[in-house]
Amino acid sequence: MTSRRDPVVELRGISKRFGPEVAVDAVSLAVQPGEFVTLLGPSGCGKTTTLRCIAGLERPDAGEIRIGGELVASAPRGLHLNPEARNIGMVFQSYAVWPHMTVFDNVAYGLRVRRLGRARVAERTRRALDLVGLGPLAGRYATRLSGGQRQRVALARALAYEPRVILFDEPLSNLDAKLREQMRIELVRLQKETGITSIYVTHDQTEALVMSDRVVVMDRGVIQQVGDPRTIYAQPANAFVASFLGVANLLPGRLLGRTGGLCDLEVAVGDGRPPLRLRTAGGDGVLPDQRVVLTVRPEDLALSRHRPGAGALNVIEGEVVDTVYLGSFLDCRVRVGPHEMDVQIDHDEELAPGQTVFLSFEPEHALCLTR
Amino acid sequence: MDSRSAAPAYLVVDGLVKTFGADRAVDGVSLAVPRGRFLTLLGPSGCGKTTTLMSIAGLHRLDAGLIRVGDTVYTSVADGIFLPPEKRDIGMVFQSYAIWPHMTVAENVAYPLEIRKVDRAEIGDRVAEVLRLVGLAPMAEKLATQLSGGQQQRAALARAIVFRPRLLLFDEPLSNLDLKLREQMRVELKRIQREVGITSVYVTHDQAEALVMSDEIIVMSKGRVQQVGGPHDVYARPANRYVSDFIGVANLLDGHVVAVTAPGRGEIEVGPAETRVRLPCRLGAGVAAGATAVLSVRPENVAVVREPPAGPHLPGEVLQTVFLGNSLDCRVRWGAFEWKVLARPRERLHPGERVYLQPDPEHSLAVLP
Repeated sequence: MTSRRDPVVELRGISKRFGPEVAVDAVSLAVQPGEFVTLLGPSGCGKTTTLRCIAGLERPDAGEIRIGGELVASAPRGLHLNPEARNIGMVFQSYAVWPHMTVFDNVAYGLRVRRLGRARVAERTRRALDLVGLGPLAGRYATRLSGGQRQRVALARALAYEPRVILFDEPLSNLDAKLREQMRIELVRLQKETGITSIYVTHDQTEALVMSDRVVVMDRGVIQQVGDPRTIYAQPANAFVASFLGVANLLPGRLLGRTGGLCDLEVAVGDGRPPLRLRTAGGDGVLPDQRVVLTVRPEDLALSRHRPGAGALNVIEGEVVDTVYLGSFLDCRVRVGPHEMDVQIDHDEELAPGQTVFLSFEPEHALCLTR
Repeated sequence: MDSRSAAPAYLVVDGLVKTFGADRAVDGVSLAVPRGRFLTLLGPSGCGKTTTLMSIAGLHRLDAGLIRVGDTVYTSVADGIFLPPEKRDIGMVFQSYAIWPHMTVAENVAYPLEIRKVDRAEIGDRVAEVLRLVGLAPMAEKLATQLSGGQQQRAALARAIVFRPRLLLFDEPLSNLDLKLREQMRVELKRIQREVGITSVYVTHDQAEALVMSDEIIVMSKGRVQQVGGPHDVYARPANRYVSDFIGVANLLDGHVVAVTAPGRGEIEVGPAETRVRLPCRLGAGVAAGATAVLSVRPENVAVVREPPAGPHLPGEVLQTVFLGNSLDCRVRWGAFEWKVLARPRERLHPGERVYLQPDPEHSLAVLP
């Protein structure tokens, strides 16, 4: 068995090229036992290719992959284990649950194909069905299952192989919004109950935030940041991560200096107006005069119709562009010189386009990032 | 948002009934839309919204009712009037884009003008104008098959508005698009409608879409109108349990009104004997002292605190928290009831923790069951 320190899945410097295009560029990652790790990014970021390399469906051009301590792929040694020799389970977008079979047969099928003895097939199938809470429905036909139950069948089938890790490839993206929300929670609960190490691929940032122990944000084949959901949301490493996870206002500026661990920035707003002086957190390793980006979330901006008193910090004057009513809150866009900022405000506010408003934020709620 | 009462009605539907065999698909629906406004018919499948839309288009014959636009009667069962669809001067946009694949984008859009024998020079001008309006000017000479789903829907919209119809009807036009594109298109479509100023009726089952786009929303269920109002009305002041549940997320507790403290305000008693509590609230239309009612509180209008607060509150236990980035979705158990609460993301609440809930009285509403 693996000890707490030995990762279940380990990638070292994995690269994969398709012709001239580098799909995955020197990706390294260690996934711990029982961990739920999500690879998140837009299409073409390399997340699916990375997953397929782990599964053995792609052969990396560089790097090594270990599963359960065992080397399963090594470009320098020319080693490549086939998917079925890697001891992994997979769950795809289409559940691929067969309608003409019972729940039991759906789960047992893969084991029978592998020519396990009748008794072992029955025993493993029972155990997998009990794990996902489908024991009592073993004899039911798959057509008589709800969407959530089908998801459990797909998971039970992956678990029946007793894999060391389950790989998920956007399994929820075909579901409608309401069912998808239920399934996220359900899937995480099942994962925690079974304790199965999981690697999950998605382009849906909410899904990643809700489900993961750690999120790996990827762009153009490169890992941009690895961290728990709160960290990557509140302390994004760069402008890409800030804008990919949720909505971020990005204002380009210049670092003037520091005051007590906070950054003082200058942001130009054009129109002959003096530049804004704004104070933020972050800015690790940034040098004075360097070009930077200020990022602040719509929910961290306060909006007022009146100019705050003299000496107030981080005040931005702007003009309302429009508002979109979203029920639980109002999404308001405010023009600040050449920039448009998104502000999330209470739905009781009445705002008219063209109206002058004042935005403000706490220095701790904004970050200075390198451009 | 509540200025709707003043404007005179342009599209009027009165007492519409449509049966299919024994099934009353639309059961006495009436509505009135002022000129240039955007009305949404919202409800689950089978609620009668599409049948209502198709009746306005003249694609159904009615069992009872009247439909008129301006001074023109389109359908009147009482007077035996039925104007055929092609004479109703209506532009339609469907879920399937219904764009002709063998024509260019410009030819597709020009088609309704050609049938109407508009003169050639004017056709050119008007096609160019609407393509610019929907952001497809650079695509004019492309074949429709070369467009993405979102672009095809823009072309369909251009074709529907190019002949300046009296009415625009939309039947779930965005439901085939993926989520990000759908969100963009909502705002875009609304902007275009406002610019051309054509009176519009939009059918959807997507409540977020209805809130973002509409001047007015009609919430329907089982062939009947449940509520008519602006987006803020139906969200913040739902008429009954059904509307409250269908639009957004709500905590719904059965109770009865024990006191009326001021006009429109009172106290409601909720919960079983062991946990029963009296909460101050607003009273919805038709809710009086002694009445059985449902308390409706949105998740963002409940405060979660660790120390017992002053005033009425409910002790609970955190069951689950889900970090959503800009908010924290919490489930809190109070007796047998599970509260849904949206807390600030900077709150650190953990499962098993004892907390106290305090619904905001200003945003707690007692509605009809």
